[in-house]
Order: sequence, then structure tokens, then C-alpha cells
Amino acid sequence: MTVNGWIQIALFCAIIVAITRPLGAYMTRVFAGERTWLTPVFGPVERGLYAAAGVDAKAEQGWVAYALGMLLFHVFGFLFLYALQRLQADLPLNPQGFGAVAPDLALNTAVSFITNTNWQAYGGETTMSYLTQMLGLAVQNFKSAAVGIVLAVALIRGFARRSTRTIGNFWVDLTRCTLYVLLPACFVGALAFVAMGVPQNLNAYVEAQTLEGARQTIAQGPVASQLVIKMMGTNGGGFFNANSAHPYENPTAVSNLLQMVLIFAISAALTNVFGRMVSSERQGWAIFAAMGVMFVAGVAVTYWAEAAAHPAFAAAGIDQAASAAQAGGNMEGKEVRFGIVASALFAVITTAASCGAVIAMHDSFMPIGGMVPLVNMMLGEIIFGGVGAGLYGMLLFVVIAIFVAGLMVGRTPEYVGKKIESREVKMTMLAVLSLPMSILGFTALAVSLPVGLAGPANPGPHGFSEILYAYSSATGNNGSAFAGLSANTLFYNVTLAIAMLIGRFAVIVPMLAVAGSLAAKPRIPPSAGTFPTDGPLFVGLLVGVILIIGGLTFFPALALGPVVEHLALNAGALFATAP
Amino acid sequence: MLSHLRPAIVLLVAFAAVTGLVYPLAVTGVAQLVFPSQANGSLVVRDGRVIGSTLIGQNFTSERYFHGRPSATSDTDPNDPTKTVSAPYNAASSAGSNLGPTNQALVERIVADAQQRRGTDPARVPVDLVTASGSGLDPHITPAAALFQVVRVARARSMAEDAVRRLVMEHVEDRAVGIIGEPRVNVLALNLALDAAVRR
Repeated sequence: MTVNGWIQIALFCAIIVAITRPLGAYMTRVFAGERTWLTPVFGPVERGLYAAAGVDAKAEQGWVAYALGMLLFHVFGFLFLYALQRLQADLPLNPQGFGAVAPDLALNTAVSFITNTNWQAYGGETTMSYLTQMLGLAVQNFKSAAVGIVLAVALIRGFARRSTRTIGNFWVDLTRCTLYVLLPACFVGALAFVAMGVPQNLNAYVEAQTLEGARQTIAQGPVASQLVIKMMGTNGGGFFNANSAHPYENPTAVSNLLQMVLIFAISAALTNVFGRMVSSERQGWAIFAAMGVMFVAGVAVTYWAEAAAHPAFAAAGIDQAASAAQAGGNMEGKEVRFGIVASALFAVITTAASCGAVIAMHDSFMPIGGMVPLVNMMLGEIIFGGVGAGLYGMLLFVVIAIFVAGLMVGRTPEYVGKKIESREVKMTMLAVLSLPMSILGFTALAVSLPVGLAGPANPGPHGFSEILYAYSSATGNNGSAFAGLSANTLFYNVTLAIAMLIGRFAVIVPMLAVAGSLAAKPRIPPSAGTFPTDGPLFVGLLVGVILIIGGLTFFPALALGPVVEHLALNAGALFATAP
Repeated sequence: MLSHLRPAIVLLVAFAAVTGLVYPLAVTGVAQLVFPSQANGSLVVRDGRVIGSTLIGQNFTSERYFHGRPSATSDTDPNDPTKTVSAPYNAASSAGSNLGPTNQALVERIVADAQQRRGTDPARVPVDLVTASGSGLDPHITPAAALFQVVRVARARSMAEDAVRRLVMEHVEDRAVGIIGEPRVNVLALNLALDAAVRR
């Protein structure tokens, strides 16, 4: 670990803190339906869309109608993306002549992209035509991101409104989010990435003759336009197989910093949107602080683990020490331009959020370095989290924390003026428990079946970690992988797709029920007996509840994977694949 | 339910058109106009032929060139399309090794590579020179890894070691604004400069 490394981490954190308020203020205006500086440009488009879709922008919906609209939108999105992949061989913009995507892989990928997971069982540059990337994958990147954001806004309205039956209009929220937040930022961001070296063309792959006379085929494509929404929407599905480790998808350390900021930007700003909408920005900052504490702790552990020397290499005369001339540390699966600190930082960011893009191969991380991303996903990606998904996930934990606090002092718990009662707690528990059920249930299934055991590439406890990571990533709608796992098989494609659906919809639907039930309640003014939820005591309680729930649920599984691998590594044990 | 049908279909089609066609094609248009070199892959052209991209590493094996990092990329086996064969720096199929830290195959590969790199040289091998990059296409090595190879390259080219070392130092790219990223050497750029130095 170096001083420069800590400065790079601090710089990133400072940028996130700095953009939270201005972006939060802007997004609050967007979702309140107010005029913004982009209204002159997109206002007519917006009205035209409502007219064509038969949407009355003034009419609001209750939670059931909101949820039905959202679910129906996903069904059509799924069918569209599945069909596009199956038909890509006969459609234009396919210069490499890729054939139709296999049915199980197309199913997995379609589910993956509508749920904001972007699990990559495919290699982008060897499977998907440019049309599929643009019109299929990138469109879902926009849609699933917008859906996540508007769902969080719907839940916030539940807290903010008093005695009403409605939580907003799904179609209006979706349209405004896409037009006023995502699209303009992506257009500017994409051009910035091109300036830094990210390709943006529709050319066939380039045939080069290298300096030594060999032939090298270099993949091309409309990378920049897809890259920016993949980051900003916390989607994470790479244009290329190696994702943002690919030098075309992340050419410099500066493009990398921009990508990291884009991952957290909207999720951080949403904490501020929450604060503004419940009329107390401090409430938003308290949530931000709880997220920030867990984030910094995760970064410190991962950075420490990856900067450490591999005990088996020191004896072989390999220099792993950080110096002015090299970053040192565990460089397997990492890029020189990013080194150790950026790779560790990115790994924590991408799994704290439900992004899942990678700049280094998590499978080759040291045991503890790889455990932090795993834990981030198991906790439900609430440390800033996926756009929208992070905030509504965190607010569900807030409900539990407040409930626990209420039990301790024997009072009806309340949060930002809303009484938290049995219905909210039941719905929250339903959402929170569905995640471990999917992660641990499917992992147990996979390690019990020969088709599951055929997957891991690495022997020993690391192979178990690969399976555990896959179901954590799918259920958490993350999409990053311990990528050695051979996941493009019928068993993994189907079970991972089911895990993704559980992770998305078994959280969203109960969450919307909570939103509807909260909206119907009056807001009671704080009294002397109200537990303040904007101070350090509350932040500590919230973090404690999250870690205890996560720890009790997942520690046994972690002990079988990364923990035992860490102990084995330090004892000098290695594992060989059975011949 | 039926009242949701029309907005679901209309908005899906509209957003697909806007975010899936208008947006990427508009970015492509502007990018091709304003940043044509970057938008087309930062290709390096010598004597009218594309010899690679500044951003994409190449597989250097000759003693006369600086070598990049090990690459775990593969390609389809020409004899059996269901299998793959090792094909370092395959820029049409990026990939890392995905070998875990306690995998014996990883440790054996790295230790063997390190022995080969060191030969009789007592210097310790910089770690990036024996570890595979995440993309398999890393265009860079660390300054340490470049300096480690100076003696070998100078000998193969019958050049003065100092001249080669100077060339390496000229090609060290520092962190952005002195803070962001890591110092590095672009292997293709360095090797092109080596060839140019010989021609002079």
C-alpha cells in the first residue's frame, strides 16, 4: 500500500461527495415534473411520447398499477431482446457474420439485461452483432437503469407523501428519467470516452500485420456509446469479453476514474433526492454515511489483500514490492495502467453498486481480496448499490433497523414521520429473505449435482467460491464473475436466469407494496420520544443491523470458500485439478 | 392490464429507436467527425499498412524486441472447432487466465516463466512480466519490467545498453497529473522507437 494509492482513493471519494448534492437537486426537479434547462429540447419529445402511448401525464397510479405497468414493460423487453439475439444472423450491422445466439444463452442474456444484471455467459466480440449490442443490449441498459431509478423514487414518495393512494405514474417517471437524466449524460460521456481512445465505429474487425509479421485481428464496434450507459446505469455488461479491462473499453487511468465516478453518481445522488423529498437533506446524508463507512472499509481490506505478496512467488525470485518503477502486488488478471489500487477500488465499487463491470479478473484476486466483492453482493448491493436498487434496498434495511430499535425500547418504530408497522416489516422481510434463499439454495444445488460441479475451473475451495460468486452475482443483479466458471451450459444458464429474476422481482414487488402502504399513512411530526434518524447513532445501528444479518446468513458459506482458501494459502497449500 | 398494453409497447418501441439507434448512430457520427483516429481504434499505420493499435498489445517473442506480459487469450482450434488453442494477444477474443491464487497450475506457470526470464541473471523478475493481464491485450509493462529487459535487447541488437535504457526512460508515461494511474511503458511504441533508432 502506498501514499499515492490512498490519495487516489481519497480523490475518488471526494468527487462522489462533491457531485451528490448538485445531481440530487437536478434529479429531484426531474421527478417532481418541474422544468429543467433541458425542457426546451426534450419537452416536445416528452409530450409526443405521452400522446402516442396514450398516457395521461397528470394521472397517478397506486402501487398495484405501478407494479403491473413495470412488469408488463419487462415482459415485452424480454421478448424483444430474445428475438433480436435469435435473429441476428439475418439482420444488418453484423460485419463478422455471427450466427444466431443459442436458445439457452439467449434466454440467460435476455433475463440478465432486463434485470440490470448483465451477467456475461457470452463473449461480446465473439458472439453479438453490432445491431444486437446497440438495439438489444444497450436499449435494455437504458431501460433497466431507468426502471431501477423510478422504483426508488416511487418508494421515496411513499415516505414523503401523506395519506394518499398513489405513488406516481410509472410511464411518466420512466420517460422523464430516460430523456432528462440518462440520455443527455450518456451523449456527452460517450464523446468524452472517444476522446480518450474508446472506439466508436461500425467497421469490420481490423486485420493488422504486427511488427514481428504475425496476423492480428482487432475487434471494433460502437463501444463508447454502450460503455457510458453500462457504467452510469450500473449495468456492467461489457462490449468485449474482458469488459473494462479491455484497453479499448478503458484506455487510460483517467477514463477509469470517470467510469468509477459514473457507477456511483446516480446512486449517491439518490440519497440526496431522498433527503430533499422527505424535507430533510440530513436524512439523506445519514444514509450516505452508512453506505460510505462500509464502502471505505471494503476498499481498505481489498487494497491490503491485493497489495500483499503471494507467498509462493517470493521464493521464485519474483519482485512483488511496490516501488517507483512498478505497482507490485498481485498482478495476475490486472492491467499495468491501473495497477493494484485502481483495480482494488474498482472491484469494490462495481460490487457495492450492482454494476458488475470489471477492470481486473476477480477470479485471480487473493482470497480475501475476492471475498470483499462477494460480501458486497451478498449484503444486497446497498452500499450505494445499483441505480435505484441500492437506495430501495438500503431503505428496506432501514425499516428493519428501525423495527429492531423499536423492539428494544418498546415503542412503535417510526422513520421520517411514518409509523413502521407489521405490514411493512413483513413485506420487507419477504424481500430481504429472498436473496439468501436464492444464493445459498442454488449454490447448494449446484455443488450437489455433477452438472454443477463440472463448472468450476479452479480446484479446491476456490472452485466453491466460483459457484457461490456466480449465484451471489446473479441474485444481486450484479453481473461480475469469478469468470473461470464455465457458465455457458444449460444448467447454469437456466438456474442463473431464475436467480436473476428472484433477485430483481422478489425484491421489487414487496418493496412497491411497502411504498403503497407507507403513502397511505399520515406523517406525524417528531416528538421528544422520536428516535433521531439523521445522526451517528442511527448510522451505527443501521450498519450493525446490515452486518449482523449478512454475517449470520452468509458466514458459513464464506468459511468454506475464501476464508479456508486464505488460511490454506498462508500455510503454503496449493490445489491441483484432478487429472 | 389492457390499459398498460399500449404504453408498454409504444414506449418500448420508442425508447428502442431513440436509445438503440438514434443515440449510438449520433455518437458515431460526431465521433467520426471530431475524433476520427480514436473512434477507429487508434490504429498505427506504417508504410501504408496497419501494423496494430497503440492501445492493443502484441505478442513479441523475438530477442530483438521488448516483450509484453503473458497473455491468456485463446482461439478456436483450426482442426476442431469445438476446442480452443492458446493464441496470445488475440485481439478478437479478450480474456484473462482466471486462475485462482491457490491453483497449482498458476503457481507452476509463473515460477517456470520467472526461471526462464531470469536465466542466470540474479535480478528479481518484476511481477507484471510473469502474470497474465486481465484482458490478455495489455499494451503496457511497468518501467521495472522494461528496464529488466534492457540487457537482453541491447545484446540482441548489438546496441549500447545505455542507449537502450535511455530509450526506455523516454517512453515511461507518468501518472496523469502525477496522481492517477500507474507509471507504464507502451511496448509497441518502445519497439517502434527501437527499430527507428537502428534505421537512423
